Amino acid sequence: MRASGAAMSIGKLGRSAVGESAFRMEARGVSKVFGAHRALDHVDFGLLPGEVHALLGENGAGKSTLIKILTGAYQPDGGEILVDGAPVVLNSPLHAQTFGIGTVYQEVNLLPNRSVAENLFLGHQPTRFGLVDRRRMERESRGLLARYGLDIDPGSELGLHSVAVQQIVAIARAVQLSGKVLILDEPTASLDRDEVRRLFEVIANLKREGLAIVFITHFLDQVFALADRVTILRNGKLVDTCRLDALTRTELVRKMLGKDISFSGSTSLKTERPTTEVLLNFENFGRRRSVRPFNLTVHKGEVIGVAGLLGSGRTEMARIMFGIDPADEGRATMKGAAIGLRSATEAIALGFGFCPEDRKADGILGELSVRENIVIALQGKLGWFRALNRDEQLDLAGQFGEAMDIRAASLDMPVKLLSGGNQQKVILARWLATDPAFLILDEPTRGIDVGAHAEIVRTINRLRDDGMALLVISSEIDEVVAYSSRVVVMRDREMVAELRGEDINPGVIVQAIATHGETAHHEAAT
Amino acid sequence: MNRMALRNVVNTQTVALVGVLLLNWVLFPGFFRIEWQDGRLFGSLIDVLNRGAPVAILAIGMTPVIATKGVDLSVGAVMAMAGAVAASLVVAGYPAWIAVSGALALGLACGIWNGILVALLDIQPIIATLVLMVAGRGIAQLVTEGSIVTFSDPTLVFIGTGSFLGFPMPVVIAFALMVLVTLAVRKTAIGLFIEAVGVNRSAATLAGIRSRLLLIVVYSISGLCAATAGIIVAGDIRGADANNAGLWLELDAILAAVIGGASLLGGRFSIPMSVVGALIIQAMNTGILVSGFPPEFNLVVKAGMITLILMIQSPLAGHILGWFGRGKRGAAR
Repeated sequence: MRASGAAMSIGKLGRSAVGESAFRMEARGVSKVFGAHRALDHVDFGLLPGEVHALLGENGAGKSTLIKILTGAYQPDGGEILVDGAPVVLNSPLHAQTFGIGTVYQEVNLLPNRSVAENLFLGHQPTRFGLVDRRRMERESRGLLARYGLDIDPGSELGLHSVAVQQIVAIARAVQLSGKVLILDEPTASLDRDEVRRLFEVIANLKREGLAIVFITHFLDQVFALADRVTILRNGKLVDTCRLDALTRTELVRKMLGKDISFSGSTSLKTERPTTEVLLNFENFGRRRSVRPFNLTVHKGEVIGVAGLLGSGRTEMARIMFGIDPADEGRATMKGAAIGLRSATEAIALGFGFCPEDRKADGILGELSVRENIVIALQGKLGWFRALNRDEQLDLAGQFGEAMDIRAASLDMPVKLLSGGNQQKVILARWLATDPAFLILDEPTRGIDVGAHAEIVRTINRLRDDGMALLVISSEIDEVVAYSSRVVVMRDREMVAELRGEDINPGVIVQAIATHGETAHHEAAT
Repeated sequence: MNRMALRNVVNTQTVALVGVLLLNWVLFPGFFRIEWQDGRLFGSLIDVLNRGAPVAILAIGMTPVIATKGVDLSVGAVMAMAGAVAASLVVAGYPAWIAVSGALALGLACGIWNGILVALLDIQPIIATLVLMVAGRGIAQLVTEGSIVTFSDPTLVFIGTGSFLGFPMPVVIAFALMVLVTLAVRKTAIGLFIEAVGVNRSAATLAGIRSRLLLIVVYSISGLCAATAGIIVAGDIRGADANNAGLWLELDAILAAVIGGASLLGGRFSIPMSVVGALIIQAMNTGILVSGFPPEFNLVVKAGMITLILMIQSPLAGHILGWFGRGKRGAAR
């Protein structure tokens, strides 16, 4: 406790007053560039001894890049890393270990088929006459485990224990080997509530012992429960580093999501359209361990914005609507008739389209041409035997490529050579070619340049005016406000609010995302 | 860029085939001599086509599989099984058409089995098809009860050794299959879907392609091709040899497809080019035999030639060739 109190006072004094030596580990102005993409842009990060420092940001914010630089997995393209005030070059995670920096990943990467003791001592086993001294190893393991509140047989196979215990063993090993800095990369992602509590006790103990701990998660509750300070990244840039006791939940969410979201003004310009024609109706629609059942009515000619943090269930909601992970509860109707939605093929046949969040993994067919990427969904809809010939393909690709203003040297060039923004336009063109009635866009503007960004927002508005129904998931609150005629808010895999009219403004949305527990707006789920 | 440049550079495969054939001619001046005897063509060139036909047929089936980022290791064993089934059926007194249909049905069943393991159970193709590679030969041995089942059914013998319009039957069948499968994938959307699934199965599925059904179909075609090759090989030796029929030919078929420009990472493919790949392999085999080199050299020379061809096709070489190609085209404009 005393150590943590000391850390707090240092934190209050701030960087300039205390000088560099206060930091156990520091990153100064580090940058990392991948091709044309700047994953990290002059980011400063300071880690104090005896603190738990949360690192927050949406996908693509640069969290994992920063972690990889801190652990030596990546080399920064600019800036420097200091350990105890001295500049260091970390060549590899193993090399970083010699400076006292240990990491535990979400997926435990130990050997599940070997004993707990062997896992703790792998690579530095105590030896006797050149042989592994098994008894000493198990004795020392027992002592080590006791310090972490684990009373398990060190000789037992690691894989037989729960993920939480394995996680703690991994932490014990990392601390044993490194001892100054512990980086925990989403350690709680696969744990249940009790296991999380147990892990938190271990982390709190280590903090008291003076270890500097970096904690990455996207559960805000855990951040407030555990962390002393927080660093927020967005689009590869540092947003802020601050103490958590001086921060409200709403302020934190606001920092994560957007620039200067004001509570007044900038209310949605297009008040809810008086569209009466119901296109789709989802009743009590949900899937176990994915999204809790929700109700949603979709009208023709409207854009439904979906707001929520990473991991809130917003992508999962899109996936069950599109039939990729079919719903196991509730029912869906289209113009009054029941529909199945058991697969993407079925959804597409009904006139659905879906631009996935991860363009590279789930969107583009990288090696194939722009032309083939544009026609693929329509061809999928036509089936195996009604092939579009080359001229038809070129016509379609030309027509929709032009509509989306795709900048490609040739329609026959591989789509992977295009910029991210143009790739996104190709995927939009792919769906427009199928003439969809309902289009789901998951983070359509992430990681693309300003020009393409504007083009995509324009397209969303145009499609709405043409009578299409759209569901758009976005972390950009301003953007959601700009084009949505209704906004649903997701939190903890549940639809917690449905906002309309005057309520569609950044302040109310941030409030709904951040609000904890029962105090949430409950005008939803009618 | 590499790919585009490569496609513009005449065609590595055809150039390599011509090169190997010319080399054979240098080593053995009579290589290109073709004679007409007893209503059919004879000569080393015809021999290359005839001997190359089984691997070519396997490659026709293997290529789409590889294009889906898969591989079918079971084709050699399926050949042995198909031969064993066909031979056993004619020996048991069934007419040839039943024997052939039985062998083809078995090939289809094997393909569906592989496809289910890969598509529905999501087992890695190399492992999924390894099961049948090992088990299949055992099954073939069980069918033939460990001996070589010989037969003299004229239809089966004709499939292996007969001729049509002067060309050996295996060549005619391989050519017909090549045309048929090429049309089947290129005149429908199947070819595009195969490439899409091979490049990015997740994205292809999200774009509405029934990738599971497609995979099962692709492995089924491979099974059917393998059974066809098995019937030909059995007809050729007038017997089913469960131990040796099709032994290691899956590797030649994979090699043929790779020489033909298919990548084991999935994506673009060309069935005719894979057939050219199979002919390159056979031309080397035949060349070494007719040129009088001791047969011990066979494997080493073959390996050397293949390394050379693959080096020419490598991304690095593609890059270098791409530079030349770009330079030339730039000048033309």
